[in-house]
Amino acid sequence: MTTYHAKRDHLWFLRNRTYTVFVARELTSVFVAWTIVYLMLVIDAGGPPSFAGEPWMIAINVVAFAATAFHAITFLNLAPKATVVRLDGWRVPAFMIQGGNHSAWLVVSGIVAFLVLKGV
Amino acid sequence: MTDTAETIRQQAAARTIRLEVARYRPEQDGEPVFQSYDVPLMDDWAVLDGLNYVKDRLDGTLSFRWSCRMGICGSCGMNVNGEPRLTCGTFFTEYGDGPIRIEPLKGFPVIRDLVVDIDDFLVKLQHVQPWLIREGEELPLTAEYAQTPEQLEAYKQYSMCINCLLCYSACPVYVLDPDFLGPAAIALAQRYNLDSRDQGDRFDLLNLDEAVWGCTFVGECTRACPKHVDPAEAIQRYKLTAAIRSILPWSRR
Repeated sequence: MTTYHAKRDHLWFLRNRTYTVFVARELTSVFVAWTIVYLMLVIDAGGPPSFAGEPWMIAINVVAFAATAFHAITFLNLAPKATVVRLDGWRVPAFMIQGGNHSAWLVVSGIVAFLVLKGV
Repeated sequence: MTDTAETIRQQAAARTIRLEVARYRPEQDGEPVFQSYDVPLMDDWAVLDGLNYVKDRLDGTLSFRWSCRMGICGSCGMNVNGEPRLTCGTFFTEYGDGPIRIEPLKGFPVIRDLVVDIDDFLVKLQHVQPWLIREGEELPLTAEYAQTPEQLEAYKQYSMCINCLLCYSACPVYVLDPDFLGPAAIALAQRYNLDSRDQGDRFDLLNLDEAVWGCTFVGECTRACPKHVDPAEAIQRYKLTAAIRSILPWSRR
């Protein structure tokens, strides 16, 4: 039987919004990694490193902050898919699981910010 | 039908909408080409009604699958304006004055026009053993096993799958890598994993790079699913199960 196999679409991630958001979420992982590296540099130096005030570093960190926030929000919003919680037969709605994750994220961020900034 | 209703119907039929239909006739086409058909623009017509109008009145050579016309059989899945849809549940009213572009489901070899080869899915479906497995019981199973509403609720959502394959067509992982087990097969495996009557163990079938770990969680399968099965959820849940089982080998499910 002769069948037609479509050619690979190299721009598949531009074909709909869900694909684009997915790829953006994956690519922003690079900025998440950078944020961790930068945080370790801050901890290692006992404060902001010497180049922290350079305009290019400020620009990178502003972009990294936005990308990390986007990554974290979109990632945590997916949490209800992996964690189905039932309490006495009642399924905990997605917004509660998301809300719990976002709240925990803010608390942990606050603790990290406190630990990092207290020595500044 | 009343005179008024008939008049409205005749006026509506005077308006038309253009269907741009992908044609692939292996004996004459090297690759699909589009052919346009103008069909009556009726408010109560689905895309499938338009295709049937083409088949009955305009071009009998057009090939496509359909059966129930009510979103049960899962036969009439096609790409409509780039989105995988059941054509029996996709109405002209969504598309204004058109045109509407109709293509075969993405990710599958095209046999003819809008008919795709689904053998790959059928092999995968059988591979996950989508049936109740009982230990130490001879077939046919005759004993009755009552379930509580909670036990039914645990898997019911995944049992709604009609094998329409819209989720495969929506999944960029499957379209790029056909070795991926895919959303529906994994969701149906979960349907039995979560059934209190099932005693099977599908861990070795699902805990693989080309099975649940191949899913990158784009989530489009869930958006495309016309029966609200939520295959993305099924896959992510099994990832969690598989991860826990890998750490705690004695745990099940």
